[in-house]
Amino acid sequence: MRYLLRRMLHAVFLLFGVSILTFLFSTLAPGNYFDEMRLNPQIAPETVASLRAQYQLDRPLPVRYARWVNSVAHGQMGFSFAYNSPVGPLLWVRARNTLLLTLTATLLAWALALPLGIWSAASLGRLPDRALSWTTATLLVIPDLVLALGLLIMAVRSGWFPTGGMVSVGFESLSPLNKLRDIAIHMTLPVVALVISALPMLVRHVRAALAEVLDAPFLRAAAGHGIPRRRLLHRYALRAAANPLISLLGFSLGTLVSGSLLVEVVMSWPGLGPLLLEAILARDLYVVIGGVLLSTIFLVGGNFLADLLLLWADPRIRTEAGAE
Amino acid sequence: MFQVSRLAILGGDGVQLLLNVENLVKRYAAGKSFGSREFLAALDGVSLSIQIATTLALVGESGSGKSTLALCVACLERPTSGSIWFDGRDVAALSEKQQRAVRPQIQLVFQDPSSSLNSRLTALEIVAEPLIIQRRFDKQARSKRACALLERVGISAKKAGSRPDEFSGGQRQRLAIARALALEPKLLILDEALSALDCSVQAQIANLLLELQFSLGLTYLFITHDFAMAAHLADEIAVMDHGRIVELGAAEKLLRSPEHEATRCLLAATPRFRGTANLPEGL
Amino acid sequence: MTPLLQVQDLHVAYRSRTGEVCHALAGLSFDLGPSEILGVLGESGSGKSTLAASLLRLLPPSGIITGGRILFEGQDVLHARPREMEKLRGRRISLIFQEPSVALHPAMRVRDQVEEVLRAHEPLDFAARRNRTRQVLASLFPADADRIANSYPHQLSGGQRQRVLVAQAIACGPSVVLADEPTASLDPTTQQEILTLFRTLRQALGLSMVLITHNPGLLAGLADRVLVLYAGRAVEVGPAESVLASPQHPYTRALLRCVPPLDQKSQASRKAMLPVISGESPNLSVLVRGCPFEPRCPEKMEVCKSCDPAAVPLSEAHTVSCFKFPG
Repeated sequence: MRYLLRRMLHAVFLLFGVSILTFLFSTLAPGNYFDEMRLNPQIAPETVASLRAQYQLDRPLPVRYARWVNSVAHGQMGFSFAYNSPVGPLLWVRARNTLLLTLTATLLAWALALPLGIWSAASLGRLPDRALSWTTATLLVIPDLVLALGLLIMAVRSGWFPTGGMVSVGFESLSPLNKLRDIAIHMTLPVVALVISALPMLVRHVRAALAEVLDAPFLRAAAGHGIPRRRLLHRYALRAAANPLISLLGFSLGTLVSGSLLVEVVMSWPGLGPLLLEAILARDLYVVIGGVLLSTIFLVGGNFLADLLLLWADPRIRTEAGAE
Repeated sequence: MFQVSRLAILGGDGVQLLLNVENLVKRYAAGKSFGSREFLAALDGVSLSIQIATTLALVGESGSGKSTLALCVACLERPTSGSIWFDGRDVAALSEKQQRAVRPQIQLVFQDPSSSLNSRLTALEIVAEPLIIQRRFDKQARSKRACALLERVGISAKKAGSRPDEFSGGQRQRLAIARALALEPKLLILDEALSALDCSVQAQIANLLLELQFSLGLTYLFITHDFAMAAHLADEIAVMDHGRIVELGAAEKLLRSPEHEATRCLLAATPRFRGTANLPEGL
Repeated sequence: MTPLLQVQDLHVAYRSRTGEVCHALAGLSFDLGPSEILGVLGESGSGKSTLAASLLRLLPPSGIITGGRILFEGQDVLHARPREMEKLRGRRISLIFQEPSVALHPAMRVRDQVEEVLRAHEPLDFAARRNRTRQVLASLFPADADRIANSYPHQLSGGQRQRVLVAQAIACGPSVVLADEPTASLDPTTQQEILTLFRTLRQALGLSMVLITHNPGLLAGLADRVLVLYAGRAVEVGPAESVLASPQHPYTRALLRCVPPLDQKSQASRKAMLPVISGESPNLSVLVRGCPFEPRCPEKMEVCKSCDPAAVPLSEAHTVSCFKFPG
């Protein structure tokens, strides 16, 4: 328990550190939202100055940071200049959409990567392994952007899938089941793009982790006891190879928020991607900070989850943690 | 190539001690409960001494504290209390920086030479490395000396460019010994240095160690759980059990009339077979 | 006595990636009777680990059995199908691995690891399997079987781990147990404890054992017969007492002389040079004609270079492959 508590404390410190740094960097960056306004001859300089005062951009940095922390505590996370609303709810809606997309894609990618990686490792150096290695290598060199655009073109040509958005026109009038179907159809293309871009790396990691274990003496010993090969692979080897894979899972959970930005923008999925892109271009300060903070939370959360899983999966870590 | 002047110390009639460990204690924190710390005594008041140019064998089960003692003597671990007199100085009381000057004189050889040798370096580089670190000699003199050391331990100059994995287990242990000798140590700590080797190779390395001791006046702390080899190589044997020396004496006496229970246990567990030693050469 | 296991003229070679061939076993023959303990004495490079692996056909992909026959209870092991081999391993012939510290799965409980072996071979339901596991563990850990069953390998001592390996090996009631350096990493007292355990098991279960080791001291008082392996060949086979006490082959004699005896009384022999075997261990990548020990042999003759020595019977059970002995 003390181990977990310490990990948690560690995470909180990390979050504070990151928030201070992003705050610092984003204010140090040249220009802000109101600089653009100032160039607009239709807006009086006094108006800009009063807006600046209203959003307290003219106050010293520590004061602004304190106010921002206060607003985070109230779930607002500062104020968006462009949307003229608190950042919290704005981010939340978009994050939900992003998570729907990325969680599905991650689960799917892992579900495919595990059996493929096991298969590849089990036939190490033979035909299935070589074929898989070639395929994953080819997929790895295709840039995500090209992949997403290619899928988009195919969708347009064939007309099988909608090419943008999350729901059809008239979504509100559909029955619950049809609503689900509608979202699923809209999700297909971005999910496929994400899975294809994540899969090669995962397959290779699973293969490498297993291949390393397959040489282990305890596997040879188990084979010497006549334990069937399938059982060796699925129960003995996978279990022993779990540690690096769990860490990788933690990491892939951590990149859920930021991992799909490109695909979202290209396929106009109403997630965080388009929102953050606009915010950065418009120097909508608090939205950007909120986005960074959100992905940090996910990274920390993912790693924490991985630690928990490791604790559960590996008795040696359990002993160590208990001894602390 | 080696100065044999050290042997001169033996010339007097008085007994010269190279190492004198007094009441050495090493505790490790092992406490689970918060606040009150429990300690595990790896060494619980160990005293022993080694005369110059002799061998003390330290025999005991694993976990009896043998290796901890070795690390303390080699200045790689700080004892909790007690003193380690080496060559007239209490090294346990020295500062980190002062210890650095003593360390070259005490060298360790471990059980598994393949894990203590850098597999990317050639034999010559491995032996020359300590000299580089201690900034001794120039480049040419260094490699000349490394070559001589290799030859000294029975590795021909032809193989000086080979890497550890091209050597057999016995040759790797020779290499480890050559590296240990590079800085002209006074004390060699052999931590289970023969245990991983085949019988015939053990005999070869044992002979090498004896021969080096005779010619260079080296002092050995020979840590082992093989009573037979301890009895063969050592002048004195110390038996360790649970962090204490339970019996210490001349090798013959200890073998003939073991007094402590732990000694008897170890002796009884030493594998033996009859009669082979008295076989004449040939038929 | 009909042999349980027969090995006839076994040849095993490893082919490295560079195409170099290493002849690990070159015409090894022996047999093993029911409830007999055969000690195989060999140094590294003699082919002793290859022997254990080829008996169960667990050689790495680079290792190929190039000739010979292995008969187990009349069944030709070398021609058995993979499924049949899986049935044989662990059930009829089981293996006790070299290093107890690495031969157990680090993240599985002891109980599960023993159960897995039963699961692979016996048509038992969950409760019956659990029960059998408890019995097996209780026979090896009379005092605290339940605690051990619940433990993970890293929570056990070396001796306890070795006992778990034994539990796995005997769980399905095999008739032959192969033990490859079973005590190499253990303390002397633990080592003795495990050897005593082997003795008990042989008596209680009528097991046959092949005990592979480099330490002749382990075989005294345990093995019935000893086979001395050199360069993949049996150079001497015979009753343990006679091979260990009065070895005949020059290699066996030299090897046994290397070990410093414990009961030496004279001060003179202490700190004296031990007799060693001169020369280097054999190079197995070239298949030479003649006796493999010839280059190092103190008693070599002309004939040793050119001809392979055949096994010469010295007595009914003791054979030596050396030209010194008239056939």
